[in-house]
Amino acid sequence: MGAIIDDETKVIVQGITGHQGRFHSRAMMDFGTNVVGGVTPGKGGEEVNGLPVFDTVQDAVDETGADASVVFVPAAFARDAALEALDAGIELVNVITEHIPVQDAIDFGHYADYEDARVLGPNCPGICAPGDETKLGILPNRIFSPGNVGIVSRSGTLTYEMVGALSEAGIGQSTVIGIGGDQTPGTTFVDALECFEQDPDTDEIILVGEIGGTAEEEAAEYITRNVSKPVHAYIAGRSAPQGKQMGHAGAIVTRGKGTAESKIEAFENAGCEVMDFPTDAPDYVKG
Amino acid sequence: MKLKEYQGRELFQEADIPAPEGTVVSSLEEFDEVADDLAYPVVVKAQVLAGGRGKAGGVKFADDAGEAREHVDDILGMEIKGLTVDEVLLVKMIEIEHELYASVLVDRSQRLPMVMVSPEGGVDIESVPDEDIYTVNVNPFTGFSPYHARQLLAGLDVDRDVEKQLASVLGKMFELFQDRDADLVEINPLAITPDGDVVAADSKFKIDDSADFRNQDVEASQEDVPELEREANEKGIAFVELEGDIGVIANGAGLTMATLDAIEHYGGKGGTFLDLGGTDDPEKVKTCFDLLTRADPSVIFLNLFGGITKADTVAEGVVQVLEEEGLDVPLVTRIRGVNEERAREMLRDAGVTATQDLKKAAEKAVQLETEASNGGAR
Repeated sequence: MGAIIDDETKVIVQGITGHQGRFHSRAMMDFGTNVVGGVTPGKGGEEVNGLPVFDTVQDAVDETGADASVVFVPAAFARDAALEALDAGIELVNVITEHIPVQDAIDFGHYADYEDARVLGPNCPGICAPGDETKLGILPNRIFSPGNVGIVSRSGTLTYEMVGALSEAGIGQSTVIGIGGDQTPGTTFVDALECFEQDPDTDEIILVGEIGGTAEEEAAEYITRNVSKPVHAYIAGRSAPQGKQMGHAGAIVTRGKGTAESKIEAFENAGCEVMDFPTDAPDYVKG
Repeated sequence: MKLKEYQGRELFQEADIPAPEGTVVSSLEEFDEVADDLAYPVVVKAQVLAGGRGKAGGVKFADDAGEAREHVDDILGMEIKGLTVDEVLLVKMIEIEHELYASVLVDRSQRLPMVMVSPEGGVDIESVPDEDIYTVNVNPFTGFSPYHARQLLAGLDVDRDVEKQLASVLGKMFELFQDRDADLVEINPLAITPDGDVVAADSKFKIDDSADFRNQDVEASQEDVPELEREANEKGIAFVELEGDIGVIANGAGLTMATLDAIEHYGGKGGTFLDLGGTDDPEKVKTCFDLLTRADPSVIFLNLFGGITKADTVAEGVVQVLEEEGLDVPLVTRIRGVNEERAREMLRDAGVTATQDLKKAAEKAVQLETEASNGGAR
C-alpha cells in the first residue's frame, strides 16, 4: 500500500485528448495504473487509448467512480480544471501543468482544504507507488523499483536521479512524491512527511529540497517533533547567489531568507543526514 | 512583469486609490504642452525599471516650469543601470506629515495573500525590524474585510478619519492584487498629509509573469535584465548569467542547481546556466549552445538526466553543433537516462568527454577551467 495512492486508486486524466494527455495516460497504463477515463470539454463520447472521454469531471466520476485526477490542461485553464475536479469529489488532484498563476494555485489549494481533498502540484512530475504498480503524472516508468524508501522532492529531474541511483543499487521505493517547484505547492514537505510517518511500508525517507522559501525549515521542525523514521536530505542551490531566480519559480533567495545554509543547518539540527551529491543517495539509505 | 511607477499609479487611479496629481512626458515638446497646467513645486522622476533612481540622479525637485524643463531635459536619455530613460513622471510635491508603508504579496509559507503595514514608511522595508511590521493573511475567497484593517491598524497611532481612509486604501490594494494577479502591490511611502489626507506617494507593482495573459492592457517595459537572458527568456529557455567561467546546460531547475553545486564542491565556479527543460529536440539543443557560447564560458558542462527526454537525441543535437559550428571551448558531458549508452558513444566518437558519473564530470570541468585560465594568463 502506497502512502497516498495504491492499486485501488482510480484515475482520470483531464486534458486527455491533448498530446501530453494521450502520451502520459498510455505511460501510466503501461506502468499498471488503473486509469479509468479522461475529460476534455466538448470531446465527450470519444476514446483515447481505449479509455472513455467525458465532457465533465462529474460525468467521469459518475460513470467510473474515479477518485484521483491528473491535470494536463494548459495553464490558463488549470484553475478551472482543478476546481471542477475538487467539486466533483475527486480526492487527489495532481496538477502537472507549469506556469500557472500563483493566485490560481492558492485558490485551488484552499478549495482542496475546504473539500477535505488533496492537490499535488502544480508544476510537478507526479507520484508513484512502485509496489502497487501505480503512478500518476509524468515520472519515467523504468527507473522505479518496489521497496521501503519514501522520497519527497521539489525537483523532477533530481527525483529521477535519486530514484535511478537507488534502484541501480538494489534499493526500492515505497512512494515517491514530486511536490513541484512553484511557490505555493498544494502538498507540502510536511504533508508528505506526515504520510510517510504513518505509512507502514515506508522505513526511511529522503527529502530533496532547494533554495527559496522556508518549506525545508518547516519540514525540519516537523521532523524534530513528529517523525521517528530516519530522514536524509539533499538541498540544491548551495552555490546560488542572492536574488537570482534559479529556474524554478520558487527557487530564489530573498532578503537573506531561503538560503541552502539555513536549510542544511535546520536538517542537521533535526538529526537528519544531509547529502553532498544527489547521486550519493544509496550510501545513506539502508534500504 | 514589473510596472513602471506611472503605470502603477494609473492602476491606482482606476481603483480610486488617491495619489498626487501627475503626468508623464517623453519629450521636451510634450513637457512644453503641459508645463503651464502642472501644480508646482513638482518632483521629476525617471521612469525605468531599475532600483536606485535617486542615487543615479533620476529624481529631481523643481519649483517652477523653467527648473522642471531643465530637469526633464537632463533626465530624458539618461542611462540608469543600462536602461535608457525615455519617460519622465512629473508629480505634484506634497507635504507629508507621516510616511507609512503598505503592501500586498504572497505569503509562501501560509500559501495565502498577505497584507503588510508598517508605521516606518519611506525607507527600505528590509531595514525595518519585524516588530514594526504588521501583517494579516487574507483568504482569497472571502477577500479583504474591515476586521483585517482593524487588526492591521490597531498598532498605529492615527485618528479615526485617517484610519478609515487607510482601511479603504488597503481594501482597494487587495482588490487590485487579485484583479491583476499581482506578485506585489506596494505603496511606500503611503503618505499622511498635514490636512489628514492619505495619499499614495509612490507605486511598486509586479504582475505574476504567469498571468501576463490576463493583463494584456498593460504595456511591458524593458527590465534590468542582461541581454542574453532576455533573448533566452523570449525563446522560453530559463537562462541565468552568473560570475563563474564554467557554462552549464542541464535539464530541470533542480538538476541545474545540483550541477552548479557540484562544480563549486570541486573548487570551481559555475557560470551562466541554462535549463534545457523537457526537450530532446536537436534544434533547441543547438539554440541552447548558441546562447551559452555567446556568454563566453571557458568550459561547457552538459549534465543530462533523460527521464522521458531521450539522451541520444540530445547528443545528436550536440554532435550537430560540433560538426556545423564547432566549439572553441572544451565540453564535458555527463549523461544518464533513456538511451544513455548510445548518447555517450556518439559524444565520445565526436571527441567529447562523456561519463555517467556526476562527480567525475564536475571534477573534470573544474580541471579544464583551471587549465584554460592558467593558459590565458601565460
